[in-house]
Amino acid sequence: MDPARHERPRTKTSRRAVALLIAALPLACSCKSSGRADGLPLIGLVTKTETNPFFVKLREAATVRAAQQGAEVIALAGKFDGDSEGQVTAIESLVSKGVRGILVTPSNSSAILGAVKRARDKGILVTALDTATEPADAVDGTFATDNREAGRLQGAWLRAALAGKVAKIVMLNGTPGSAVDTARRDGFLQGFGIEDGDAAIVGRADAYGDQTKAQAAMENLLQAHPDATVVYTINEPTARGAYAAISARGKQGQILIGSIDGSCGGVADVKEGRLGATVMQFPKRMAEDGIDAVLQYTKTGKRPAGFVDTGAVLITDRPQPGLASEKTAFGLASCWG
Amino acid sequence: MTFAARGAVGHLRARGWMGPLAALLASIVLFSLVTDTFFTADNLSLLLEQSVVIGLLALGQTIIVLTAGIDLANGAIAVLGTLVVAKHAASAGQAAAGLVCALSICTALGMASGGLITRLRLPPFIVTLGMLTVVSAAGRLYSQSRNYPVSVDLLTVFGRGLNIGHASLSYGVVLMLVLYAAIEYVLAQTAWGRHVRAIGGNSEAARRMGVSVDRTVVSVYAVGGLLYGLAAWASLGRIPNADANAYQTANLESITAAVLGGTSLFGGRGSAVGTLLGTLIVVVLRSGLTQAGIDALYQEVATGILVVLAVALDAVARRGRP
Amino acid sequence: MTGDTPVLEGRRLRKRFGHVVALDGTDFELRAGETLAIVGDNGAGKSTLVKILSGVTVPDAGELLLDGKPVTFSGPQQARRSGIETVYQDLAVAPTLDVASNLFLGRELRQRGLLGTVFRRLDAAAMNRAAADHLASLNVSIQSTAQPVEDLSGGQRQAVAVARAAAFASRFIVLDEPTAALGVAGSAAVLDLIGRIRGRGLSVVLVSHNMPHVFELADRIHVQRLGRRAAVVTPKTHTMQDVIGIMTGARVA
Repeated sequence: MDPARHERPRTKTSRRAVALLIAALPLACSCKSSGRADGLPLIGLVTKTETNPFFVKLREAATVRAAQQGAEVIALAGKFDGDSEGQVTAIESLVSKGVRGILVTPSNSSAILGAVKRARDKGILVTALDTATEPADAVDGTFATDNREAGRLQGAWLRAALAGKVAKIVMLNGTPGSAVDTARRDGFLQGFGIEDGDAAIVGRADAYGDQTKAQAAMENLLQAHPDATVVYTINEPTARGAYAAISARGKQGQILIGSIDGSCGGVADVKEGRLGATVMQFPKRMAEDGIDAVLQYTKTGKRPAGFVDTGAVLITDRPQPGLASEKTAFGLASCWG
Repeated sequence: MTFAARGAVGHLRARGWMGPLAALLASIVLFSLVTDTFFTADNLSLLLEQSVVIGLLALGQTIIVLTAGIDLANGAIAVLGTLVVAKHAASAGQAAAGLVCALSICTALGMASGGLITRLRLPPFIVTLGMLTVVSAAGRLYSQSRNYPVSVDLLTVFGRGLNIGHASLSYGVVLMLVLYAAIEYVLAQTAWGRHVRAIGGNSEAARRMGVSVDRTVVSVYAVGGLLYGLAAWASLGRIPNADANAYQTANLESITAAVLGGTSLFGGRGSAVGTLLGTLIVVVLRSGLTQAGIDALYQEVATGILVVLAVALDAVARRGRP
Repeated sequence: MTGDTPVLEGRRLRKRFGHVVALDGTDFELRAGETLAIVGDNGAGKSTLVKILSGVTVPDAGELLLDGKPVTFSGPQQARRSGIETVYQDLAVAPTLDVASNLFLGRELRQRGLLGTVFRRLDAAAMNRAAADHLASLNVSIQSTAQPVEDLSGGQRQAVAVARAAAFASRFIVLDEPTAALGVAGSAAVLDLIGRIRGRGLSVVLVSHNMPHVFELADRIHVQRLGRRAAVVTPKTHTMQDVIGIMTGARVA
């Protein structure tokens, strides 16, 4: 039989390494409660995802504004639209870090309440951006688009622009159950003048605000309802996906697409005629108002409260009577992204 | 006497705790030096709390991977569990019934996966992928895309706990540690534990030596299911809200935790303690990098690199064998 | 040592797999305390015969008699319960488990009392001791029974598999190509080991392609050809060429 084998030297070295590390621990120990010495004020930003250009813009604007005022932003996000667990963990980490204020765009309006309360109990300002919490007063103020109004503007324009043609509506919604989704959808129905379940709605799908999912959904719905005339989309990535499906079928002249966001790409789509109209949001304003609010809180202790409407403006080159809107020239000048 | 001493060393090396433990301690030391808010009593308590749900999912994943299987549906099953509970959460009595229901359903779904794998002789990857799709859809249908907040004390119990000075110990953490200890005991000290590893290393050998492989595999997935149900209950303590869209990437995170803890995806090698260390590494990385001001996307890159390193080190170490 | 009733007798065993006839009326006889080698060319039915002996396969027709009494093995478990242990060609060891665990795989020892019954705790110390004893009694040198089997060399692994069979067998052991994957030194060691098992009085069925090994160990040689037992000879009465001749059909017996 083979000769006896020696104990591998690797085991001895790794044991020594572990011992060294354990010895080094006391050096690192600062076993006290967390608290931060006064330095550059830290502000936390927790968005829904990293990938939606809207949130990217929000983060950029927040970082720039903070830097202008001598503060620093730590930006975190959930992994996907609806990742409440990721947002809760992010809020907790920011609290541990000792931020002075947290700006959050809640993926789910009630899931983060526990973490928000714990943060506010420690004297950290928590403000909602883009989406309200439920209840809305669980945070110190909300800076957002009036999503219902945004949906209403889209619906009203689509109705008017249809001008008597038969309405066969396809609705491409966002993440089911999200407050933004519900508000914009209800606003659209109100603006278009119909109830949920109306026969004019020939098809609907949940695209989770994602361009790829929207394209696949639109392809399927177009297959089932080739005579669709109107498409409601919750945001511009969704609209882009819908347009790709529609133009692949050569139907771009026959179908009106509306959207909400106001990114520069989206406004360009309106100018080129791919989109009929879009409702512009102002993420830069949301971010800046949020940062300003936190910094004012650190200086004077004043907390913001209530809902601050950061604006929703209809952008189209085909204005409809009785409906206020701006041309794409204005849109391109004030777009984001 | 000699056998005992040599056996102990052999066991330590065989169990491979050394690597994950060293990595965990190294990251803790690193982050403690980089930022002064990391190594504090309340942050460390927070880290433990943040590891409960993924930890329980990873524990189920570990025993399954030990049989050379895998479970892609663990997050989805847990989410369904939260929905079943939350929909029946009107009162305390109903909540208890809801919990029993949810735990049974989760266990049954686990057993179903195990049954399909053993009866139909299908690869676990395929079966649990199918289970993931079906259960996710079932969750959305069942919840009708609404989300359900819960407020009943019994349901959120694992979010509460004791405060000891600046530190806090939630019941969820206690649950996790108790279950990890129990599974570690079973894996190391019982025949079932040996059979699980034997099946992962060489299932045909186990079969020939009289181990009822099919029954053991089904039981492994069933235990996994029960753990996912408990993870669901614990998650309600952390986030008192049931949402069909939650925990979509939890399956991959649980696999990451297991792999970082030394569990081999080829089966037969791994331990509960290792996975606990792996889970803590994932949580420490996330928290430490956040506090060091590193963006979320870079955090994912860091975790990904670590996983590849962990698997590579495991492969290199094993190549030294005859 | 040799009684009158054979330990295991097979009469007119038949087995077919689909269109392939593996055994076409094979007879078989294993006497107490002897080492019987089974040789034959590929396709002669050796491995099917071995599977029937270890209970893995059930014959379509024919009878098996264990100590003179008719018996049917419904699975390898049953064969083991009758005191028959098999060392498979691929060894059937769990690589990540240690030597002692492999030895006791499927037959683990529990601790006495409450720890064993309620907590199902295994008596690892007892298993390690027993394993060490079994290995020592067969002169197998393995440093520690707590080593994972994958850390052992091919020859050591083979020794563990053989020792496992020897530890639990009460009637006979079947060895399927035990030296096929080993070099000269490893083979010599295994042959040594088999010799020691013989010395205990256990019957051994040895399936092998390796004529020199067969002639070194076997008391009798069962030559399988075309699904039947072509002849049973002894190394004393026949040479290797004779046996090869019978295998290929060049001579009758």
